[in-house]
Amino acid sequence: MRKVACIGAGMTLFRRRLKETPKELCWEATRMALDAAKLEMKDIDAVVTGSAPDAFDGVHMKGEYYADGCGGFRKPITRVFTGGGTGVFSPIAAWWHVASGLADIALVVNEEKMSSCYPHAQSVFAHIWDPILDRPLNPNLVWIFAMEMNRYMTVHKIKKEDIARVAVKNKRNAVAHPAAQLADAKITVEDVLNSEVLAWPVQRLDISPPSDGASALILASEDAVKRLKVETPVWFSGVGWCIDSTMWTDRDLYFPRYLAQASQMAYKQAKIDNPRKQIDFAEPYDPFDYKELHHMEGLLLCGKGEAAKLTREGVTERDGDLPTCPSGGLLGVGNPIAATMGTKVGELYWQLSGQAGKRQIPKEIHTGVTNAWGDLMQFSSVVVMRA
Amino acid sequence: MKAHKSPRPKGVAFAGEALSQGQIDRGTALQTRFRPQAKYSWAAGQAMSRFLDELKAGRLIARKCYRCERTLFPPRMFCEECYRPTDEWVYIKDTGTIETFSISYIDKDAKRITEPIFVGVVSVDGASPLMGMMHYFGETTKEEIRIGMKVKAVWKPAEERTGSVLDIRYWKPIREARR
Amino acid sequence: MRVAIVGIGLTPFRPSTPEFSWKELMYDAATRAYADADLDPRRDVQSFVTCAEDYWEGFGIFDEFVPDQLGAAMRPTCTVCGDGIQGLAQGAMQIQSGLFDVVAVESHSKASDLLTYPHIVQHALDPILNKPLRGHPNYLGGLEMDAYLRASGNTARDCAAVVAKNRTGALKNPIAAYGAKLTAEEAERSPPQFDPLRTLDQAALADAGVVLVLASERKARQFSANPVWLRGFGWGTDSPNLEARDWTTAKYTEIAAAAAYRMAGITKPEKAFQVAEVEDRFSYKELQHLEAAGLSKKGETAKRLKKGDFAVGGGLAVNPSGGSLGCGYILDASGLHRVAEVALQLRGEAGSRQVHRARNGVAVSWRGLPTATGGVAVLGVGK
Repeated sequence: MRKVACIGAGMTLFRRRLKETPKELCWEATRMALDAAKLEMKDIDAVVTGSAPDAFDGVHMKGEYYADGCGGFRKPITRVFTGGGTGVFSPIAAWWHVASGLADIALVVNEEKMSSCYPHAQSVFAHIWDPILDRPLNPNLVWIFAMEMNRYMTVHKIKKEDIARVAVKNKRNAVAHPAAQLADAKITVEDVLNSEVLAWPVQRLDISPPSDGASALILASEDAVKRLKVETPVWFSGVGWCIDSTMWTDRDLYFPRYLAQASQMAYKQAKIDNPRKQIDFAEPYDPFDYKELHHMEGLLLCGKGEAAKLTREGVTERDGDLPTCPSGGLLGVGNPIAATMGTKVGELYWQLSGQAGKRQIPKEIHTGVTNAWGDLMQFSSVVVMRA
Repeated sequence: MKAHKSPRPKGVAFAGEALSQGQIDRGTALQTRFRPQAKYSWAAGQAMSRFLDELKAGRLIARKCYRCERTLFPPRMFCEECYRPTDEWVYIKDTGTIETFSISYIDKDAKRITEPIFVGVVSVDGASPLMGMMHYFGETTKEEIRIGMKVKAVWKPAEERTGSVLDIRYWKPIREARR
Repeated sequence: MRVAIVGIGLTPFRPSTPEFSWKELMYDAATRAYADADLDPRRDVQSFVTCAEDYWEGFGIFDEFVPDQLGAAMRPTCTVCGDGIQGLAQGAMQIQSGLFDVVAVESHSKASDLLTYPHIVQHALDPILNKPLRGHPNYLGGLEMDAYLRASGNTARDCAAVVAKNRTGALKNPIAAYGAKLTAEEAERSPPQFDPLRTLDQAALADAGVVLVLASERKARQFSANPVWLRGFGWGTDSPNLEARDWTTAKYTEIAAAAAYRMAGITKPEKAFQVAEVEDRFSYKELQHLEAAGLSKKGETAKRLKKGDFAVGGGLAVNPSGGSLGCGYILDASGLHRVAEVALQLRGEAGSRQVHRARNGVAVSWRGLPTATGGVAVLGVGK
């Protein structure tokens, strides 16, 4: 298996509504990544892009439409799409372009423009449900999270306060992220608990709202890293992904077993058999605050039902023993679905190469893990990186 | 190599110009609109057609896989575990257990509603454990509803049933008869 | 490390499949492929790739609805928003990266569930520059046909001959939906719809499912006595902007072919193959793809077509399956179908349309309007 490293990253601001078109968002993130890696588009052998529902941007086959913004002009470019899992999955697809030997240097660009969907991106989520079993009930996306959150809280007897701590931690962490949409230095657990109940037990401040944004990473083979004399390559040491059955009403939602399986696939490659000890920090996917806890357990960083305790004890703070979402996560920086690659794999790269600025984790770090999550509570992608 | 810089305000490392809802609504941000014509009529297929017919008849039906011996609900013509065709139609009960629920104060477009919707997953008696469907819960309160509650389907009258999951109005708590 | 095709599953192509849901159609295609390779997907297939677009299917995240019917529940599975050859390439790279030995690649069309197909194609156009022009999007095919014919020297009559060849050839393909005994004269008289594109120049939609099982070299012979080697593959995209695009040459095919031939060690494509399946969703595309893939020299294509060089029995059988014109156009799955038909030929399993001593073949795909994206796959049997 050829070794693959990340040698540059870029992202745009994440905002509720950006003026830039999908092509322009891609261009900005890509240009920033190329500049960071001191490369030009002619150095790129292949492009991968990830983007979530076409209905957000309002263009069918949107990967084709914005391909030029990603530098996909007269190059091999492929779009992958695994729902919310795309933010960590498209880097995996770029990884196999290099690991297979097809490309020496690959570019992955993720883009999302949820604001194009009028009047609200929410309406698109009506179409992720089964047309016969679910849609007639006029479901709202928040219901999925509410049902999963309730099951998780009830099975493990977790208090809402402990879940709210995650929102507080991440929104405060995001103050140090220059691209952040929802940073809040002063937010408290009370603020979260007093926020409007949308679909019990989910409250407004439990959720990351829709965003526009783009992010890009440059991946290179070991030979290319040597040839380019890259100073701070960050290596992919394990990749994994897994999808569970479509029949989500037949599954026990308290534990994301598909994430555990994806994690095991990645940890096996990375030769990690004691994740809690061997992993220095984590960027689990946190579209809702309880999801960070759910995913910490799915990432096998702690036992089932134990993530809340770690949070309460401060273990997951940036200066804790297992910094979790030091970027500020989706809750703090924003959730332009696939473009969250910038605060997930992107953050792993920036942290492990010492370029995380005010977000830099104070303790010595060598190994990080991240996951993304998508489809109908069904899919996860996992990446382990080392420097 | 000369780095290309996009025009962005000095000192701002990340690109992007934020717009407000007001600019969109007032039209001060130039915009183009398009409404796609996206209409579909999905063939229900073998499994779902029978499932819907049975709902119209006031019954819930499942499929059995002889190899793993699971009774699969909602019914499907292939077992995803064994990867083989399923073997037999089996009627199941219309009682079950609440596996999870939510109390929603927003509708499908995220608009606030006054009467909350009780919704969740009910595992149905007669099917294998945890085999369930999403549906509404009714005749209960937010104080009373809980995971583990036993419920029963409340059906629409026969002449109102159309072959839809909405042929069941909601699932209501099974209360012990008072002696 | 080489990758082989060890399982092929093709459902019959039909104008509509009302008795099957899309899940059941996918299950049918997958079952056939796994039976062909004599494997149990739950035990033997390690990764699954589907090629799909939300708007073809009518779902917000189609990826959700794929695993169970492919045997992929609780397995690594992903969706590629690309055509069959792009999906095939991802599967091959997953194997060549060392992650897996066996990967299944799936794509299908349930176009009969989609009531507003031309509107969906239109929805792929640039929202600012092109959508406001409205109109049925196939006018873009008419524009390209016009530009291509003028630049290539091929004629509308030649395109009619392609229609006749493929529609008639499809009569020998038991899975084809639109086999018909058509002459070039009849095709030429077909009324213009997007002049010069005539009604019969455009393949009709069909429902069908295609699944291919790929295996690494070390596992291939476990599943197939005669593996079909994927000797090379490539894909590419020209400009998405209609205004900036080359309207005369299928540039994406040139890019894809260059990559695929380099991988396969092919320097003289015109002489390397006995069989070629090239996308003919519009009749003129067959000629354009042949030239861009280096299978026919510009200026010679029409002559060779007239001589029967591209018929079964000629020097290079082109679309012996009947192509999309004869079988039916199955959206992004058509790329995978092209590959499947070449693979069947190389195995000697093409029945009455078998190309004699077919040892090396090439598949050329296109994602359809309004894209300038497509792939090339080079296949061979033997060493």
